[in-house]
Amino acid sequence: MAQARKRRLRLSAIIGTVPMMIVAIGVYVIGIAFTVFWSFTDSKLFPNSTLVGFKQYHRLWQDDRWLVAVQNIWIFGILLMVFALAFGFLLAVFMDQEIRQEDLLRSIYLYPFAMSLIVTGLVWQWMLDPNFGIEHTVRSLGWANFQFSPLVDPNTAIYGLVVAGIWQGSGVTMAILLAGLRGIDAEIWKAARIDGIPIWRVYIFIVIPMMRGSIGTAFVLIAVGVVRVYDLVVAMTGGGPGISTNMPAVYVIDMITKSYNVGQGMAAATIMLLPVIAVIALIGLGRIVSTRRKNAAILRAEATA
Amino acid sequence: MSTTATSGPAAAAAPRGPKPRRLSVARIGLYGFLIISALFFLVPLYIMVVTSLKTMPEIRQGHLFGLPETWTVQPWIDAWMHACTGRDCNGLSPGFWNSVKITVPSVFISIVIASINGYALSFWRYRGANLFFGLLVFGAFVPYQVVIYPLIIALREVHLFSTLWGIIIVHTIFGMPILTILYRNYYAAIPSELFKAARIDGAGFWQIFVRIMLPMSVPITIVAIILQVTGIWNDFLFGVIFAGRNNWPMTVQLNNIVNTTTGTRTYNVDMAATIITAAVPLIIYFISGRWFVRGIAAGAVKG
Repeated sequence: MAQARKRRLRLSAIIGTVPMMIVAIGVYVIGIAFTVFWSFTDSKLFPNSTLVGFKQYHRLWQDDRWLVAVQNIWIFGILLMVFALAFGFLLAVFMDQEIRQEDLLRSIYLYPFAMSLIVTGLVWQWMLDPNFGIEHTVRSLGWANFQFSPLVDPNTAIYGLVVAGIWQGSGVTMAILLAGLRGIDAEIWKAARIDGIPIWRVYIFIVIPMMRGSIGTAFVLIAVGVVRVYDLVVAMTGGGPGISTNMPAVYVIDMITKSYNVGQGMAAATIMLLPVIAVIALIGLGRIVSTRRKNAAILRAEATA
Repeated sequence: MSTTATSGPAAAAAPRGPKPRRLSVARIGLYGFLIISALFFLVPLYIMVVTSLKTMPEIRQGHLFGLPETWTVQPWIDAWMHACTGRDCNGLSPGFWNSVKITVPSVFISIVIASINGYALSFWRYRGANLFFGLLVFGAFVPYQVVIYPLIIALREVHLFSTLWGIIIVHTIFGMPILTILYRNYYAAIPSELFKAARIDGAGFWQIFVRIMLPMSVPITIVAIILQVTGIWNDFLFGVIFAGRNNWPMTVQLNNIVNTTTGTRTYNVDMAATIITAAVPLIIYFISGRWFVRGIAAGAVKG
């Protein structure tokens, strides 16, 4: 009787989570399996199942657009990571000095993150407009050789995207790092002062290592944003001039919706999945190693006790 | 956690940095950095607003930073009602209502499903439940491009591609990983004695959920609503692919108005349209304040 009731109750839990099962299996197992499968076919406008081996991958790595896209995501990703983390950290440290109007400043630094990347892209497109934007304004003030219109030149357009990315993302980084700073024991500062350690050394050698958690969070947030960057490119440059600001995310969507080359798009999508799997594997490995170490430490402690 | 603007012993204990000295050179430099940074973040907003209130001849003179000489709200009216995307010249208003029609059901459905998921994962862990959860955590990191095409095909098979329900389903799917993690972590912090007591009193799965868990879920639900409303309102990728031309959300129409105009570009109308599109999430942001930050932090800590 009790057994049957228990089973019935567990059945409601299973029924309640049917949508979760469908999404978990349907999208993240079957969906990904189809993407990988189609990457080995010669699907064009519609998917088919004519296997062609690694041909799509071979062609992908000979496609200039894809090569530019891969190069761009490194440039964009590394620059954004360095600048957003450095700028966000400086802001967080300065915000942590018992300053006035902290809430107001925080709202100002953070509001760009609330807006769509389409909005961010369009604003910066306008600010960087060669005819009416910052460049024109500064020149009309007297600096005739001032140059700040990266978007018109294929060699510099990607840096325009980086500027917009920093504007959008530094505030969030600040908020996360500030929360990390506030979580650190105040005794550290007293101890450091008593020992006469300069403040900057305390930050670099004590505080930053203690903020691993929040720095990691900010890192993941920026990294996920970088891999997904699509809206910003579409709004700001449309991938141009020429092919100069293509990104993998843009490349995949264009292959599906514009070039009708599903096979190659799926090959590109599969490649986008690889770094994610690598990172997850690394995290998993790190966890295993750290639990092993912890266990070893416990054993040692027990042995000495 | 509210800090007062005054310094001294009365100030809240929140800031933990080294103790500041009185107004010194370093202190001035610190405020200088903070204010210049604030300007970097504010200038684009300022330029958007002033540009949207200028006439086109004035914009062509090229004083980007100047206040309008002749103020006009015509660009705002045009952006809302008359701006053209290709053949249609109805402005942003249809896109606004499409965004409302997409956002409201998507937010509601995704939160209902995710809260049940989180509750079941915290208190009713059946065999295999953790496998599904692990897949969702994995899904939180998977780039959308990896699963977008199979979804297109699947929705086409069931005739939901390019429909309002299609886009609602897509938002529900992609909101599920993060929301489920959010609710699971929240419910995991609730003492299990509460749950056990309810079980002893004979309450079942749904009864405990509706009578005990839901009333306790108000804070996390506010965070989830903020996260979802801003996320879905700001979405472009799913809207342009899954919604279909008749249901294109505001972000898609905005991009079309600005980036696919033929002939002369009306920058003032473009900027007005941009502000109108950003308005909803911005209002939510300024009203919700710290809740918004909490949502980001929760959204960032995946797993």
